[in-house]
Amino acid sequence: MATIADDLRPLHHPKTWIGRYVWSQDHKVIAIQYGVTAIGVGLFALVLSFLMRLQLGFPGRFDFIQPENYLQFVTMHGMIMVVYLLTALLLGGFGNYLIPLMIGARDMVFPFVNMLSYWFYLLSVIVLFAGLFVPGGPTGGGWTLYPPQTITGGTPGASWGILMMMASLGIFVIAFTMGGLNYVTTVLQARTRGMTLMRMPCSVWGIFVASIMGLLAFPALFVAAIMTILDSVVGTSFFVPEIVSMGEKTGHTGGSPILFQHLFWFFGHPEVYIVALPAFGIVSDLISVHARKNLFGYRMMVWAIVIIGGLSFFVWAHHMYVSGMNPYFGFFFATSTLVIAIPTAIKVYNWLLTLWRGDIHLRVPMLFAIAFLFTFIHGGLTGLFLGNVSVDVPLSDTFFVVGHFHMVMGVSPVLVVFGAIYHWYPKITGRMWDERLARLHFWITFLGTYAIFLPMHYLGMLGVPRRYYALGDTVFIPDSVHYANMGITIAAGLVFAAQGLFFYNMIWSLFRGPRADPNPWGAASLEWQTPDTPPHHGNWGERLPTVYRWAYDYSVPGAARDFIPQNEPPPAQNPAGGPQA
Amino acid sequence: MHIALAIALLVLASILFHALSPWWQTPIASNWGSIDTALHVTLLICALAFVGLNLFLAYTLWKYRHRPGNRAHYEPENARLEKRLTFWTAIGIAGMLAPGLIAWHEYVTVPADAAVIEATGQQWQWGFRYPGRDGVLGTAAVEHVDADNPFGMNPRDPYGRDDVLVETNELHLPLGKPVKVVLRSKDVLHDFYVPHFRAKMDLVPGIVTYFWMTPTKSGSYEILCAELCGVGHHQMRGNVIVEDQRAYETWLGEQMTFGQMLAEREQQRGAGGTQLARAAPPAGAAAKAGGR
Repeated sequence: MATIADDLRPLHHPKTWIGRYVWSQDHKVIAIQYGVTAIGVGLFALVLSFLMRLQLGFPGRFDFIQPENYLQFVTMHGMIMVVYLLTALLLGGFGNYLIPLMIGARDMVFPFVNMLSYWFYLLSVIVLFAGLFVPGGPTGGGWTLYPPQTITGGTPGASWGILMMMASLGIFVIAFTMGGLNYVTTVLQARTRGMTLMRMPCSVWGIFVASIMGLLAFPALFVAAIMTILDSVVGTSFFVPEIVSMGEKTGHTGGSPILFQHLFWFFGHPEVYIVALPAFGIVSDLISVHARKNLFGYRMMVWAIVIIGGLSFFVWAHHMYVSGMNPYFGFFFATSTLVIAIPTAIKVYNWLLTLWRGDIHLRVPMLFAIAFLFTFIHGGLTGLFLGNVSVDVPLSDTFFVVGHFHMVMGVSPVLVVFGAIYHWYPKITGRMWDERLARLHFWITFLGTYAIFLPMHYLGMLGVPRRYYALGDTVFIPDSVHYANMGITIAAGLVFAAQGLFFYNMIWSLFRGPRADPNPWGAASLEWQTPDTPPHHGNWGERLPTVYRWAYDYSVPGAARDFIPQNEPPPAQNPAGGPQA
Repeated sequence: MHIALAIALLVLASILFHALSPWWQTPIASNWGSIDTALHVTLLICALAFVGLNLFLAYTLWKYRHRPGNRAHYEPENARLEKRLTFWTAIGIAGMLAPGLIAWHEYVTVPADAAVIEATGQQWQWGFRYPGRDGVLGTAAVEHVDADNPFGMNPRDPYGRDDVLVETNELHLPLGKPVKVVLRSKDVLHDFYVPHFRAKMDLVPGIVTYFWMTPTKSGSYEILCAELCGVGHHQMRGNVIVEDQRAYETWLGEQMTFGQMLAEREQQRGAGGTQLARAAPPAGAAAKAGGR
């Protein structure tokens, strides 16, 4: 098997502070750059969501939120959370940090391209934020950016805002492609001695498959972005047929709005799994480590990740059941969508069976992993309503959809992200966070988000439409809905405020937290076996580790400790005697 | 420990919320009971899975919580158990999919005797068109739209002359008659959504989309736009009034046809007439025009 040699010379050791921390080619520094940027942008999107909630909970009370502002908040919130936060954080952040450490490599195979990936990502964020200040403001076309409305009057940001958004997305795709190629190549080429594919931790599997999916899916978004820019600026008609906008003909002719939707969702649905698969992988590892038990059905779990990744390219049009596409597509896409529920359910069973007969330590990362199980079961099941074509008809474009996707790809991955940050923080910083603050943060976040999103499903059942600035006087919507909206807004305020605990804890602990043990959780996977904590550039000192076993040897009968690190040789092959941890 | 209790209580709270919440589907007023049935079957199967899985989770967390001296069981896999779980999941999935696909088959199969009416959308109002006495909607397209012809009626199409045009956001439908609603947009995407009918479909500029249904309960229901269409999206409302055949016909008789509208406009403009009226073929030609 190909491995990068033990030789340290190929690494570009930085000579200056700037080389070490700014133009760094070290995957760990790039990971932190990605992570901090993504979380910063996500915080902005969190503020936007709270502004939206203020409007929905107390319509008319906040004059500065006009319909166009509301739609701009909706759009920016959605796009930032899905693309600039979750994709960037899970792949650029966790992918970068974990892949080389977990597979026993010194770095990514293309460190320079890896660095460029981050700077292009930062550029895409800058362009996105520049879009806030262009004439007309940012686009308010909804995060799905459906034409014709995104480029015609009547929608905020139809002239400049949409161009900035599309340009930013284009740059993001370039950044992702550089990162994604790196992750895939590193996993395939740079694994250390003994690290076979079927010995990799599930975190690496999830990130690996998600990266391949991103490389296949993002190009669809890229071309959709370019074609929209051309339709808007040059007057081509890819997506816009002959229309009369605000009493005037736009000059377009013959384009197809549905073509955009196919391109968007051909990216957009795999995107759901690009976010979900790394989260699945990470949560598998958290549960196994903190339950002190091997991951149940590892091979099945890996295959489920691969199958879900593959199938997710054949379900995109379930977002389009009532889009006006040929209605007969509904039969195919409903079937493929419900079939994908089977490998997903298997993952849930295996997580539960990993806990079964375990020795469950309810530490903070584990609490987040368990909360993920609850919210993911909820969100996964409500997905069956929306995937089941005819059931989707009354529910699509209502708050049921909002409740569903926030539960399944908002709250669930974010809970995993929190769990993962608490889990790997001692390795990344060498310090430990404050237990009490972390627990408080957990309880408010978990219970608060359920209070936010559970009622939304019921509002959707009633028929309350999404993306409405105000419900106004609608006969079928009783007053109680307004009270529900108020309650949701108050819960959202609490959850929003509770994130302050997290940030305070992370920043305070960075300087004042107690020194952490190199392997505080007793984890078997390779990243906890580095000679230094935090790991130095090159990760492994003089010699790369050799791997003798899978990542899940917990509570092995007969073993002295309740975990055996991956690089600990079996007794027979270890004539020197004693583990070399 | 707390987390096991919290998961169990959240399951209980979810069930209570479901039972006690005042928010549920509006009373159905169309033939789409089959959609509701598929929804209820899905809900039942999903609720069983939700309660079962989470109570198992809570029990596991409680029973196998860490206590000094505990050691986890070592069992990498159990192929028989995994196969069994896969099998029963597939059964559950099929149980949901079958009623869903059956209802969808109904949804896409328009009965031959369905009356045709058209809903048009533009930012941010609804318009409606009935085929008139000949039972055929005249052709219409955005290229014909102007101030005098908001529906974009083809002035050369004789079938359009008797089409009844309604510009007041109010749709009338006869009770108990299947109707195919064809949908057309002049500017951006919209979506014709009446919660009580369960049905909805996007209006897509450039193409004609449709759905069908049979109103089964007379009354007045709200039409919402359910596809984001700009800053006035939340104000794009309308009403549909379902009434018995007599009341419906009386109402229809009071509405203007395209031909009447043209004549009225011509009168207003005096002898000169509009280009539109001149372009139209004489009334006699309509009958001879024949098949289209």
